[in-house]
Amino acid sequence: MTGHLALSARGVQMEYRDRGTGKRLLAIESVDLDVPDGAFVSLLGPSGCGKSTFLKIVNGLLLATAGEIKLHRVAKGREDAMVFQDASLFPWYSVLDNVAYGLVCAGVPRKEARVRAAPYIDLVGLQGFADKYPYQLSGGMQQRANLARALAVDAAILLMDEPFAALDAQTREVMQAELLRIWNTARKTVLFVTHQIDEAVYLSDRVVVMAARPGRVVADITIDLPRPRALAVKRTPEFAAYEEQIWRLIQHDRAPSAGEPTP
Amino acid sequence: MTQHAATAEAFRTIRPRVRRPRHPLVRFYRRNERMVLSAAGVVLFFAAWQLGSMAGVIDPYFFSSPTAIVAAGAREVQVPRFWNDVKISALELGVGSFAAVIVAVPLGIAIGWYRRISYTFDPWMNFFNALPRVALVPLVVLWAGLGPEMKAVIVFLGGFFSIILPTVEGVRTVERSLLDVSRSFRARERLIFTSLVIPGTLPFIASGMRVAVGRVLAGVIIAEFYAQTSGIGVMVARSAATQQPDRMLFGVLIFTLLGLLLTEVVGSGERYLQRWRPSIDLEEAA
Repeated sequence: MTGHLALSARGVQMEYRDRGTGKRLLAIESVDLDVPDGAFVSLLGPSGCGKSTFLKIVNGLLLATAGEIKLHRVAKGREDAMVFQDASLFPWYSVLDNVAYGLVCAGVPRKEARVRAAPYIDLVGLQGFADKYPYQLSGGMQQRANLARALAVDAAILLMDEPFAALDAQTREVMQAELLRIWNTARKTVLFVTHQIDEAVYLSDRVVVMAARPGRVVADITIDLPRPRALAVKRTPEFAAYEEQIWRLIQHDRAPSAGEPTP
Repeated sequence: MTQHAATAEAFRTIRPRVRRPRHPLVRFYRRNERMVLSAAGVVLFFAAWQLGSMAGVIDPYFFSSPTAIVAAGAREVQVPRFWNDVKISALELGVGSFAAVIVAVPLGIAIGWYRRISYTFDPWMNFFNALPRVALVPLVVLWAGLGPEMKAVIVFLGGFFSIILPTVEGVRTVERSLLDVSRSFRARERLIFTSLVIPGTLPFIASGMRVAVGRVLAGVIIAEFYAQTSGIGVMVARSAATQQPDRMLFGVLIFTLLGLLLTEVVGSGERYLQRWRPSIDLEEAA
């Protein structure tokens, strides 16, 4: 960690206009967020809280309606790279070409891109699968390739959009541990979106809890568990206490709307 | 707790499959069932046709017979005019089809991708698609005369719309999540085409081309019937007019072979370009 901020967001707002009713819909009310360089920060919240939308705004896939985001400039390459929710691999490309895709987009000649992408296939544990096509890979392996593609462009900050949501429970745990191992090796800043409390606590230095309607930040909790973290940490009382604390926050937020009598 | 023996009344027993030794002929049949039945269907059809015409049940004046067609074919292949007809028909088909692909694919991709080009071309696409293109044959004759050029134009018209419509459709249904990937990594437009739009549209182009095979064949036959200058279509029309059903059907057979050849060209191109698709393996396994 060099001490500077990798990302700083101020007053980020996202408003949609419903095409049917013409009504304005506030997907994100106002989000302030600072992510220090090298940190692992999770955005946690129910669906509709705008966490994925925020990630897409950081990535530039969407433009916010107000506020600004500052990404720390890097000397070469990209500031940020996205790991997508569905593996989103190109079915007609081999694993190697998929992993090299970000580099090709950055203007690296395909041959050189393949050479530079190859080590990331090993890093994510896909040795021997470079020439396979996506349909020949399991869901977990596809997500490894998805991660390798983002790592290969060597961006300073990784944006991960519920990358393990579609995996079965066992594979998800394996992937969480793998992600921490890779994070330890690659030393990236990670902004990780999830709706799973245990996933956020296990992975993160900080969990930013969001609420829906309108999307906003309700808490920012520092996770003070020692690193490196083995999966066994999930069975410690400290871990359970964090889960409980966050669960209460989410329940508390939900309570008024659930208990409110309909007018 | 007492252990009860599994008696017949209380349990239904599921036993493993027993492989009984089969006669070698039965084994051969089971392994090649598909091929054997396909071949049997073809052989039976021709046998029935031949026997029927020999027995007088089928009137050879209208339906000819397999042996008569073979005999007519054997006579035809010795005539230089026949080979000239084949050459001309194949050339009209080849040039017209190739031009249809070369124009329809890029134009279809442009219409499918660029909203403004789509707005501009959509009325014309709908108009020409609704227009019965056979009705344009006399007009095309006025423009291009009665030679092979005119027939190539008719072939082109037949193939063009069969290819362009699915191409447009294919571009419009390109996977949104993959487009997000391209945009997220800041792919330039050219790369978005080569990495995503074109490969994603290929299955649609291929199915359009398979439909086009029938249309281009119909195009060349109609054009040759109409112009009566040269080509296999003329041979078919004249044979029918001069009561030579065997020679006529031999001409039809030549068209069928040209159609099979085109289908094979499309199919092998498709298989080569879509090696990444799992469905091809599944089809073969089924």
